Amino acid sequence: MRLEPRTQVPLALAIAAPAGAIALALLLAAIPLIWAEVSVFEAYGLIFKGALGSRFAITETLARATPLIFTGLAAAVAFRAKLWNIGAEGQLYLGALAAAAVGTGAVAMPTFAMIPLVLVVGALAGALLMLIPTLLKLRLGVDEVVTTLLLNFVVLLFVSMMIEGPMKDPMGMGWPQSEPIVDEATLPKLVARTRVHAGLILAILAGIAVWVMTQRSVWGFEARAVGASPAAARFAGMPVPRVMIRVGLISGALAGLAGVGEVAGLKGYLTLDLSPGFGYSGIVVAMLAQLNALAVIVAAMFVAVVFVGADFMSRAIGVSNYLANLVVATSLLTMLLASLATRYRLRWH
Amino acid sequence: MEIIEILLTVSFWAAATRIATPLIFGTLGELICERAGVLNLGIEGIMTAGAMAGWMAVYQGADLWTGVLFAFAVGMIFGLVHGIFTVPLGLSQHVTGLGLTLLATSLAYFTYRMILPDVPSPPRIEPFQPFAIPYLSAIPFIGPAFFKQTALTYLAFVSVVVVGLVLYKTPLGLALRAVGENPAAAEAQGIDVYVMRVGAVMVGSGFMAIGGAFVTMSAFNAFFFEMIAGRGWICIALVVFASWRPGKALLGALLFGAFDAFQVRLQQALGGDIPYQIFLMLPYVFSILALIVMSRRAAYPKALMVPYRKGER
Amino acid sequence: MSETREPEDIVLRLRGITKRFGALLANDAIDLELRRGAILALLGENGAGKTTLMNILFGHYLADEGEVLIADPGGTLSPLRGGSPSAALEAGVGMVHQHFTLADNLSAFENILLGTQSLARPWLDRRSARHKLDQLMEGSGLSVDLDAAVGMLSVGERQRVEILKALYRGARILILDEPTAVLTPQEAERLFETLSRLVEQGLSIVFISHKLAEVMAVSQRVVVLRAGKVVADLATDETNAANLAETMVGRAIPKTVRTAMAPGEEILNLNKVCVAGAHGRLALSDASLILRQHEILGIAGVSGNGQVALSNLICGLQAPESGSVILHGQAIELGSPSGMVAAGIGRIPEDRLHDGVVGDMNVWENLALEDYLTPAFSRTGFMRRGAARAHARRSIEDFDVRCPGPEAATRLLSGGNVQKLILARVLTRGPNVILANQPSRGLDIGAVTEGHRRLLDARARGAGIVLISEDLDELLTLSDRVAVLHRGRMSPAMATEEVTIRQLGLMMAGHGTERTAHDAA
Repeated sequence: MRLEPRTQVPLALAIAAPAGAIALALLLAAIPLIWAEVSVFEAYGLIFKGALGSRFAITETLARATPLIFTGLAAAVAFRAKLWNIGAEGQLYLGALAAAAVGTGAVAMPTFAMIPLVLVVGALAGALLMLIPTLLKLRLGVDEVVTTLLLNFVVLLFVSMMIEGPMKDPMGMGWPQSEPIVDEATLPKLVARTRVHAGLILAILAGIAVWVMTQRSVWGFEARAVGASPAAARFAGMPVPRVMIRVGLISGALAGLAGVGEVAGLKGYLTLDLSPGFGYSGIVVAMLAQLNALAVIVAAMFVAVVFVGADFMSRAIGVSNYLANLVVATSLLTMLLASLATRYRLRWH
Repeated sequence: MEIIEILLTVSFWAAATRIATPLIFGTLGELICERAGVLNLGIEGIMTAGAMAGWMAVYQGADLWTGVLFAFAVGMIFGLVHGIFTVPLGLSQHVTGLGLTLLATSLAYFTYRMILPDVPSPPRIEPFQPFAIPYLSAIPFIGPAFFKQTALTYLAFVSVVVVGLVLYKTPLGLALRAVGENPAAAEAQGIDVYVMRVGAVMVGSGFMAIGGAFVTMSAFNAFFFEMIAGRGWICIALVVFASWRPGKALLGALLFGAFDAFQVRLQQALGGDIPYQIFLMLPYVFSILALIVMSRRAAYPKALMVPYRKGER
Repeated sequence: MSETREPEDIVLRLRGITKRFGALLANDAIDLELRRGAILALLGENGAGKTTLMNILFGHYLADEGEVLIADPGGTLSPLRGGSPSAALEAGVGMVHQHFTLADNLSAFENILLGTQSLARPWLDRRSARHKLDQLMEGSGLSVDLDAAVGMLSVGERQRVEILKALYRGARILILDEPTAVLTPQEAERLFETLSRLVEQGLSIVFISHKLAEVMAVSQRVVVLRAGKVVADLATDETNAANLAETMVGRAIPKTVRTAMAPGEEILNLNKVCVAGAHGRLALSDASLILRQHEILGIAGVSGNGQVALSNLICGLQAPESGSVILHGQAIELGSPSGMVAAGIGRIPEDRLHDGVVGDMNVWENLALEDYLTPAFSRTGFMRRGAARAHARRSIEDFDVRCPGPEAATRLLSGGNVQKLILARVLTRGPNVILANQPSRGLDIGAVTEGHRRLLDARARGAGIVLISEDLDELLTLSDRVAVLHRGRMSPAMATEEVTIRQLGLMMAGHGTERTAHDAA
C-alpha cells in the first residue's frame, strides 16, 4: 500500500470528502446508539428535529454556532501558520472576563460607544493572553501546545477567583457569578424572545474578513508561507517572528470575541459554565472546514446542530448528550482521513 | 520556619509520591511515544478513559488487577488508533492527538452515563490499599514516605527502571531510539519503522491509561467527570523537563508532586487571606516555568513529529 | 575474459526490473549481472534510474515487474523477497546511501549494532560485537572512533561507519551510491584502495556514479543507464571515457565554455569575517574575500568546513561575530535576508526544497516570495494577484519552467524545474552579487547545463558570483578564481588556470592552507 500525491483535486472529491467524513462519523456514532438499544433513525431524527425542526430550534442552533464560529476562526487562523493555539478556551474566558469587567457598570457610556468598547476590550484580552505563549515559543523555544493548554486551567481558576471575589454579584444569592451586563453593553437580539444575538452577524463578518485576509492580503500571504515552510519564508526575507505574533494576536482576539458574545449577547453575566468547551470544539470546527474561514461558518453550524440536537434527543429518549461530543470528535478523525483522500491517491501493490 | 517543617514531615513526602504516581505513568507513556518520534496529545483523553475503564471494570465485579489490565488494554486500543493515523497515514500528530483526547474523553463520559444513568452520588469501589515493603520501609524517613504506598505506586517505580533498561540496554530499545532519531537509518538496518512506532505508541498509551486508573482505583475510589484535570498536559511538559530520560521523568514527577503537596499544605497554613485559586494555579504555572527553563537545552528526538513515508526521502 | 561463465561466479542477477512512478517509467526492463569479487559500475546521469534500481535491490521500493536473484554463500541463485530491507540484508546485500542513513545522536557503535540482534533478545550484547568489529576494522583498514556520536564525525568517517555497518552484517554484495560525491580527491583515492582490498577478500561491489574518470579507474565492468533503460553493458577496458559519456547522455553534450573576461570593479568585500557555528565554535574564522564584476569566485571544500556559515552570511540568515562586509563600498545591514535582497544580492540556496520554495504554495506565489512587498506584487496591504500571475507566466516562459501554469502546486515540480523557478526569481531582479550554493546538486545534465549558462550570462551582464560547490569539475569549469574552505578558514583565491585538482584536494584536506595563507600575508 502506498500513498501517491495527487496532482490535482477534482471538485467533486473536494466536496464529497467532508460529506463522506461526516456520514462516516454518524455511522460510527450509531454503534453507541445501538448499544443504548434505541433506534438509530429515531435518535438522528430527534437530533435533526431538535436542531432544525422549529423556528425556536433554529434560533437555538444559530446561538450555539456563534461562539463556535469565533473559536473555529481562532483555530483556523493559528493552525494555518502552524501556531498550535489550543488555548481558545482560556482566551474565550479571559475575553468574557474583560467584557464583564467594563460592561457591568464600571464604565458608563451610551450604547453606540459601549458595545464597541466591550468588543475591543474582550478581543484585546484574548489577544494578550495568546501573546504569552507566542512570545515564549519565539524567544525561548517553548512548545506552545503545552503552554496554551496549561494556561486554560490557569485562566479558569483566575476567572473563578474574580467572580468569587472582587467581581462577585452581591445580588447573586451566593452563586459565583459576575454582576449583570448593563443594557448599554448588551448585544441586541436578532430575533425577539430568542437567544440569537448580534454576535452572529459579527461572527459571520469576522469569517468573511478572515477569508479575505488569508487569501488576498499580504498578511495572509506571509502567514501561509510561514505556516507551510518557516525556513523558506525566512530565507525569502519574511519577518517570521512578526508574522507569528500577528497571527497569535488575531487568533487570541477572535477567541476573546467568542467570550464577549456569550457574556454580552447570550448570558448577560459571567459564570464558570459559560463555555461547554467551545474552545476545544473550535479546533474540530476549523479542521472540518480544512482551515478555510468561509467553511468555518458552515462547519460551526454543523457542530451546533449536533450539540443542540443531541440535547433535545437526550431529553426525549434519555440517551446521554455526550453523544454529541462523540459525534463531533469522531467527525474530526474521519475528516482527517478525508483530507488524506483529497491529497493522496491510494495505490495497492 | 513553618515551610521547612512541612518539607520535613513524612506525610508530606508520602502525599507527594501519591500525587506523582499518575504523572510517572503518564510521563513514561508519553516518553515512550516521543522517543519513537510520535507526539501523543491523546494523553489527556487516554488517562480519562483509563480512569473510567479500570474503575468500571472493578465496579462491575472484576478484581483490582484485572481492572488495571483492562485499563492498559483500553489505552493500547486508543494508541493503535493514534498510531495508525500518524504513522502509516502520516496525519498531523497534533490534530490526531487532540481529536483522540476529545474522542476518548467523550467515550468515557458517555459510557459512564450509559451504565450508570442516574446515580445520586458517584458509586465507590474498594481501592488499592497501601502496604509497607519489608526492609525498605524500615529506612528512616525514606521508608515511610516512599515505601508505604499502594501497589500501583510500586509498579510505577518498577516501570521507570524497566523502561530505562529497555531503552538503553536492549536491542529493542536501540531500535526504538533509532526510529525516533532517524527512521531512514533504522529502516536501512532492516527495522520496520511502522511496526516500531505504532507499537511504541500503543505501549505508551497503555501506560497513560494505567496512570488514569491510579486516580480512580488508588488515589480515590470513584470516577468523577473532569477528574484528570490537565494531568496529561502536565505529563507532556514533564517529558520535556526530563529531556526524554526515564530517570529524570521520575524525578520531575516527584518534584511536581512535592510542589503540589506543598501548595495544599501552604494553603492550609496560610488560611483564608489568599484566594484558594491562587494555590490551585501554582502547579500549572510551575509546569510552564519548568518548560521555560528546560526548553532551551532540550535535545529533542530528531525525528519527533516528522512523519516517515517508506521510500520517500 | 572467458565467454563461458561458471554459474557460481554470478552473485547477483536482476531480470526485467520495471518500476513506474505515476506516469514516469523510472526503470524499464533492466537486466544486470554482478560477478563475485568484481566491481561493477552503474553509470548514468541524474534521473537515469540508478538510485531507483538500487533501492529496489535493497528493498526500499517494490518493483512493478521483474525479479532479483542473489547467490547464497554456496553460489546458488535464489529470488529475493522484494520490498524488505531486512530480506536484502539477510541475503548479504549491504547499501551505502548517498545521503548517509545514520542517526546523529547515537554512537557509531550503536548505529552499527542497530538491527543486528533479535529484538526479542533481553540484553544488547556489546562485548562480542565490539570484538568482531575490532577484527573487521583491522582486516579492512577501515577505522573509526566507535564511541563518538555520529553527528560529531567527519563526512569521510561517517562513510566508513556506513561501510563497516554493511560488512558487520556479513554483506557479500556492497552497493555504493555516489560514494565520492562528498569526499576530497585524496579521500576518494583512499576509498578506492579500501574497496580493492575488500574485493580481494571476496566482496562484490556495485558502484553507482556519474563521474567517468572514477568509473574508468575502479570498475571491471560498466552498465550504463539512460532514461531507465540499460543502454550499454561492457567491460571497462573495452571502452573509454568519451565513449561512455556519449552513451550516458545519448547525444553530444553541449560543453559549457567560460570565455575570458576582464574583471570589473570590486563589488563585495569580506574582511576577516567570523561566523558562529554549533557548540560555541566558529564555523567561519577570519575569512576574507574580494568579488569583482564579471567574475565567478569558486569556493571548494569538503562539506561541513564552513560552507553553510559563508552561505548563511551572504544570504542574510546569520550576522557575523566580527569582521566587515562591504557591498559597493558601503557597509550593509547583515543578518537580514530581506536586507540582502534589498541590497541586490541574488541567493540560490543549497537545499532548494527546504529553503528555496514553499512547496505547498503555487508557482506564482513562490516567484513573488522575495518581492511581495514591492509595488509590482502588492498594494495597500493586498496582493496584486493578476500582476503576480502575469509575472509568473513570463518567468515560466523565459526560464522554461515545466509546469501546468502559475497555479500549479510547487511541491509537484521536479527538482530541475524547482531550480529553474528559483533561478527565475533570482535572476529577473538583475542582482549584482549572486550566491549560488551547490546549484547543480541532484539535477540532470540538461538542467545543470542550463543553470551554468544562466550563471555565465549573469557574469557577462556584470554580476559577480560566489559559487559554493562540492563538485570540483563544476568549480573548475565555471570559476575565474577558486578559494578553499577548510575548518572554517578560507585560503586566498587562486586563478583557476593555475591550480590542479590534486592541489585543491590537498588544500581541502587541510594541507597547505596555512602555508599558502602565510605566504600570501
